[in-house]
Amino acid sequence: MGAAIKVDNISKLYRLGMVGNRTIVEDINRLIARIRGKENPYLKVGETNQRNVKGNSDYVWALKDINFEVEQGQRFGIIGKNGAGKSTLLKILSRVAGPTTGSVKLKGRVASLLEVGTGFHPELTGRDNVFLNGAILGMTQEEIKGKFDSIVDFSGVERYVDTPVKRYSSGMYVRLAFAVAAHLEPEILIVDEVLAVGDAEFQKKCLGKMHDVSEKEGRTVLFVSHNLQAIRNLCQKTVILNNGELFANGNTEQVLREYNELSRDITIKADTEINNSINRRGKGRVRFTGINLTDEKGNRRYKFETGEKIRVSITFEIFKEIEGLTFIFAVLSGLSRECLTLFEYALSNKKMMPGQKGEAIIEIPHLKIKPGEYPLYFELTDLKYNSYAKDVIDDLTAPLEITEGKNKAYSDDNKPSGYFKMESNIIQNEIYDTNQLTKV
Amino acid sequence: MSKTSQDEWTLEIKPVSGWFHFHLKDVWRYRDLLMMFVRRDFVAVYKQTILGPFWFFLQPILTTITFTVVFGNIARISTDGIPPLLFYMSGIVSWGYFSDCLTRTSSTFITNANIFGKVYFPRLVSPLSNIISLLMKFGIQLFLFTCFLLYYWMNGSTNVHPNIYILLTPYLLILMAGLGLGFGIIVSSLTTKYRDFSFLVGFGVQLLMYATPVIYPLSALPEKYKWIVLANPMTAIIDTFRYAFLGAGTFNPGNLIYSSVFMIVTLSIGILMFNRVEKTFMDTV
Repeated sequence: MGAAIKVDNISKLYRLGMVGNRTIVEDINRLIARIRGKENPYLKVGETNQRNVKGNSDYVWALKDINFEVEQGQRFGIIGKNGAGKSTLLKILSRVAGPTTGSVKLKGRVASLLEVGTGFHPELTGRDNVFLNGAILGMTQEEIKGKFDSIVDFSGVERYVDTPVKRYSSGMYVRLAFAVAAHLEPEILIVDEVLAVGDAEFQKKCLGKMHDVSEKEGRTVLFVSHNLQAIRNLCQKTVILNNGELFANGNTEQVLREYNELSRDITIKADTEINNSINRRGKGRVRFTGINLTDEKGNRRYKFETGEKIRVSITFEIFKEIEGLTFIFAVLSGLSRECLTLFEYALSNKKMMPGQKGEAIIEIPHLKIKPGEYPLYFELTDLKYNSYAKDVIDDLTAPLEITEGKNKAYSDDNKPSGYFKMESNIIQNEIYDTNQLTKV
Repeated sequence: MSKTSQDEWTLEIKPVSGWFHFHLKDVWRYRDLLMMFVRRDFVAVYKQTILGPFWFFLQPILTTITFTVVFGNIARISTDGIPPLLFYMSGIVSWGYFSDCLTRTSSTFITNANIFGKVYFPRLVSPLSNIISLLMKFGIQLFLFTCFLLYYWMNGSTNVHPNIYILLTPYLLILMAGLGLGFGIIVSSLTTKYRDFSFLVGFGVQLLMYATPVIYPLSALPEKYKWIVLANPMTAIIDTFRYAFLGAGTFNPGNLIYSSVFMIVTLSIGILMFNRVEKTFMDTV
């Protein structure tokens, strides 16, 4: 098997700010440079794409000198933080946007699932939309006709096929759209964060389909996600993008380890990623000034063995008066990001004044949790959980890594990763013999 | 892995370079999509209206009546002796196709930004589908016009003389479609970066109508200004159309050739610009 995709020195320059009067001046400068046979003057002033640092230039490299190859039939993951250049890369690969320099070579038909249901027209019936959407994705009329029945079957909306899709429930809409996309037969399938939408069942279906498509049919799958667990389950090879540059490239396990190193470098300060609405929310009344995971000796680390003692130490500062202070700390599921377990402590019930600082350490004597990787969630708020008082650090630090320790009680291999020690009592236990319908 | 030779690659994505990369082969490959777009346009336009496709009739009739009253009865502009109703309708129907083509295609990138941003297909498919779906509207209106024409003709209106030049209609259509598409995609290419041009189109088309013999015959024009109207490539087309169906006005092959050349040049420039913009517009739109 040879390479199916070869990305050769791809770079992409973006201009920040508004298109306005200055743009036309720059256009003219560029034109003059070209007429005089010189290089585009704005290519030189590009800066690395660091979202949270104020730059000197209006031009940034969304991607800079990216090189990699993907082999035929491989499932290939692309990860990176927000703004690392993942989507830009996919846009170039799916020919939606062109690169500034460099080239990409592809073998076979490419279909991208950047968003399911692209081009659905609300006024048209389900049937018409299957044909329209199929055609947009590059299928011919004949192909769609041949697959129509199995598309409708897969979607499970047979009854509504002749109803305009604007009358569909959003679930039916997505199902039909995904069914069309799933029946495309491209040599290269590009998938961007479809898992962000849809319920757990749908996510599973997507992942399963992507696995099948590469395993059984030998197609190449390119998968972009924030969901490390999904990448780990699906992809054989992975690349990490960081600020538009290729940070690591190799086997998924190894690359994920490097990715965690990358997030470990973040030290939480009062102004860390303040503008990132997803990972850090809040109005700045109270701020974390430091977050550390340590062992009982006070050594900073993120890797623990099952059953080990874990300490969570935080420092904070008050910037505007609030009523009391609550600290919440949660361990999230690596796959679904739902909360597995939550710790909550009222740190103060008095009025807190600007300028006050504090420190708190919480100890978890033995976190009864399966080996795996768990994103962490930290929150400071007042006693009434008012949203204006919050400071939330959601999955911004390195995830907690639990490895198997001497205590094997929590590492039963048949169970997926997670937290399994909720209290319970058995209150009924009877076994019937169905042949005789009597109690045994 | 490195054994793969260069020629095995089926596609190479490169930065925009040069002007002369046409995707006409690609457009042909996506002809099914073209037809689906046409179908979508046609089916979806009058969905959830009570009168439905009947609006296709109503539009030109109401406009014609307005023009007849305003320009015919109040302003008393000459119609070359042709019944005013027929005179205006012939102008409206043919001009309507051109102006629809222009305005619809001029917003290609902006109205389709959402879908263009997600999937690749030859972008030219979009404006082409507009041209074709508008053709159906034109067909229906032409039928309506023919009905009126027959009515007047049967009733012995002596001034109406349909003639053999009617056979030129398909050619006139190609000219109008080409001009509309050409101007439209030039504007749409420009609007991706500077929206100013989309404002221009709105009233530009309207102004252009007054520089075309739609509401007046060429003969009613003072000699001094005639050259302005004759420089307009649409003039010969509308005039020929009217001459063919009504027998009024002039038929001047020279002017028609001028329009044809104009059309080819505009369309070529349009496709060149469009092709260039299609690769970068996602970054600027």
